[in-house]
Amino acid sequence: MADVDQKALATFAADADAWFAEHCPRDPGFMLPLTFMEVGTDQQFEFLRDWQHKVWAAGYLGAAWPKDYGGGGLPQAFQDAAMAAMKKHDAPIMLNAIGLNWTGPLLLDMGTEEDRKKYIKGILSAEDIWCQGFSEPENGSDLGNAQLKAVREGDEYVLNGSKIWTTQGNYAKYMILLARTNPDAPNKYAGLSFFLAPMTVPGVTTQPIRKLTGEFGFTQTFFTDARIPASCLMGEEGQGWLVAMRTLEYERGARKGQAGGYMMTSFDAFQIVDLAKRAMRAGAPAIDDPVIRDRLVEFIIEAQGLKLCNERGAIAPLNQDRPMGLPLSNKLAWTEFVRRLNEFAMTLTGAAGGYYVGDENAVDEGLWTRGYLNAFSATIGGGTSQIQRNIVAEHVLGLPKK
Amino acid sequence: MSPGVGAGHMDNLGTIGFSEEQADLMEAASRFCREKSPIEKVRKLIEDETGYDDAVWREIAELGWLGIAIPEEYGGVGLSIAEVAPVIEAMGRAMMAGPFSGTTLAAQAVLASGTDKQKKHVLPKIVEGAIASLAVAEPSGDWRLDRIDARADVEGDDLLLSGVKRFVPDARAARWIIASVIHDGAPGLVMISRSLLTQENCRRETIIDETKRTYELTLDGLRVPKSALLDPAKAREAFEVIERTANLLASAEMTGACAACIDYTIDYLTTRKQFGRTIGSYQALKHPTVDAYVDYEQARSHVYAAAHSFNDQGAGEIAVRMAKAQSLKALTFAADRSIQFHGGFGFTYDCDAQLYRRRAAFHASQFGDEAWQRRRLADLLF
Repeated sequence: MADVDQKALATFAADADAWFAEHCPRDPGFMLPLTFMEVGTDQQFEFLRDWQHKVWAAGYLGAAWPKDYGGGGLPQAFQDAAMAAMKKHDAPIMLNAIGLNWTGPLLLDMGTEEDRKKYIKGILSAEDIWCQGFSEPENGSDLGNAQLKAVREGDEYVLNGSKIWTTQGNYAKYMILLARTNPDAPNKYAGLSFFLAPMTVPGVTTQPIRKLTGEFGFTQTFFTDARIPASCLMGEEGQGWLVAMRTLEYERGARKGQAGGYMMTSFDAFQIVDLAKRAMRAGAPAIDDPVIRDRLVEFIIEAQGLKLCNERGAIAPLNQDRPMGLPLSNKLAWTEFVRRLNEFAMTLTGAAGGYYVGDENAVDEGLWTRGYLNAFSATIGGGTSQIQRNIVAEHVLGLPKK
Repeated sequence: MSPGVGAGHMDNLGTIGFSEEQADLMEAASRFCREKSPIEKVRKLIEDETGYDDAVWREIAELGWLGIAIPEEYGGVGLSIAEVAPVIEAMGRAMMAGPFSGTTLAAQAVLASGTDKQKKHVLPKIVEGAIASLAVAEPSGDWRLDRIDARADVEGDDLLLSGVKRFVPDARAARWIIASVIHDGAPGLVMISRSLLTQENCRRETIIDETKRTYELTLDGLRVPKSALLDPAKAREAFEVIERTANLLASAEMTGACAACIDYTIDYLTTRKQFGRTIGSYQALKHPTVDAYVDYEQARSHVYAAAHSFNDQGAGEIAVRMAKAQSLKALTFAADRSIQFHGGFGFTYDCDAQLYRRRAAFHASQFGDEAWQRRRLADLLF
């Protein structure tokens, strides 16, 4: 970090700030997804794909990835500055989240030169959308038990089975896929392998899943004698679990900053204070109601606590007791907070809380109601909060598994 | 599309920071407290009249910790309350008893509003180990420090004191007690010397946290010279400093205690067996322990943010009140669950979980509980 040119960084940050101030699209005339898991219409998809391409072309995505693969070749601090500008200007999300946050870092960590050349540029430009094939209908939290079969035949693997909760599955060109290559392995984990699988081969079909919000964004993905090149294997047969765990570390927030993917629009907990000023209780703004004030303060204290924990992560002497404590508990703490905050916001609007997305009277276009329902995607996806508690209990606090 | 942010904004709240001095003190204090205050010693001191070990107190003075937040011109180290926080946290973690926080509070009150003469007289002696105390609570139990019934009325060359002060820490060991009074129609502070205290006017109280010592002080009939009055022009500022300091010290002490409490619970969960299983493997015990841990980590982050922004106008008070609310929440929950998870043993006096739960209850009672902090925060934030 010592070799970062602070002057160049300051110039870059100022340029990014100005660029996003000028180019951030404000109102496309339809609702934009707040997270990459909420891309439910073609209109949203096309809009966000164009936006990501534009940001990358301007040099504010992949700024810290090598130039050879379509990145900017700059230190990580430059991408962090670009991210800060996106947050500041409330920019729409970067669409290709799986590619940017999972596949890209994985390729840079352990991919071949050929794979990096083949995939990374398309990830950054949003030309090639990526999805993730981990969960299966019968194997959700118990990911290690995944059963989708991959059988080697000559230069190919033949895939049979099904994956579920495939975000953007209907748009994706590639999937990071966890599949069983050896059903007779000594344990369930050793039988798994990891693939960078094309979605465009015959035998792969997707079926949209309608979410509890009534919208779309995920698919179930079916593989019926789908043949993919053997070169799609990442690492070696039997290493699938280790590779998948590495990607989950990215997902669970234990590693950060590499990708520059901006998966969800940032929000400020003070937005609910503003909401309380607009809602009415007994002839006065809800912000004057003592009970509501008390709850608001509780949420602000918690939001601030989460923010401070994030900052504290970088201060080594304050993490000596349990160095993995903050990174491994972050996902649990944050996603549960967001769910409860949206739930409270939904009730805060009084009678108008009965409206839903689509009604012209819905407060903030139904943002909070939909936000509450969508918040479960984060408390369930990437390991449910209950699994997260097991992880923290076992890996941070040292409590026994059995 | 997103709703506009009103007057408030998360970025306007404080940030966290940690100095080298804080890190050094944290390391030194952790080692010292672990060594000097094993839990057997804590238990033993509960039975002791004064409640602390005088030899350890003298060592603390020699280490210079009483002077951390006192300027060099008065013999101190010239750092700030931010650097006191890791020391108090370490003491909290070891449940170390003693007059450290009461003396620190009294010193800050003198520093904030004492006359030059008072500062020169009192502060260097405190740095050397003289104990001081602060008497602000009253029978009304009102947490507003400027709601005072005790009085200091001019009579000749003296001030005639009246009223009752409660929860005065280590009063019997203190060389000076700084008491809040109404003087000349306004809240003020007055310094009471040890020589005025008797068995009759200074009664030891029985309190929920048995590791601490507090006393009820009856001021009726006591006379102090006019020169015992602290600068009335600075009284308001002094009350603010006292409240902020008291709440930060309590928060740091509680996060330390909370870390110890969680360790204590985990120790039991990983050794106790029932139905042929280590009980820590049951999710019914595992998951609430994680929730307690998550609360604790947030409390600790709040404490070091509050220490860092302690002297920032506005932001300092907000950060400290948040730290108090969160550290109370964390310790209360961790200790409550610790009692429960220890089962039958948890219901006994011998189980340390009660020590931690009582600690939280005591701090909730002094300088404002969670709901009080939130109420004050609401007015500061919205």
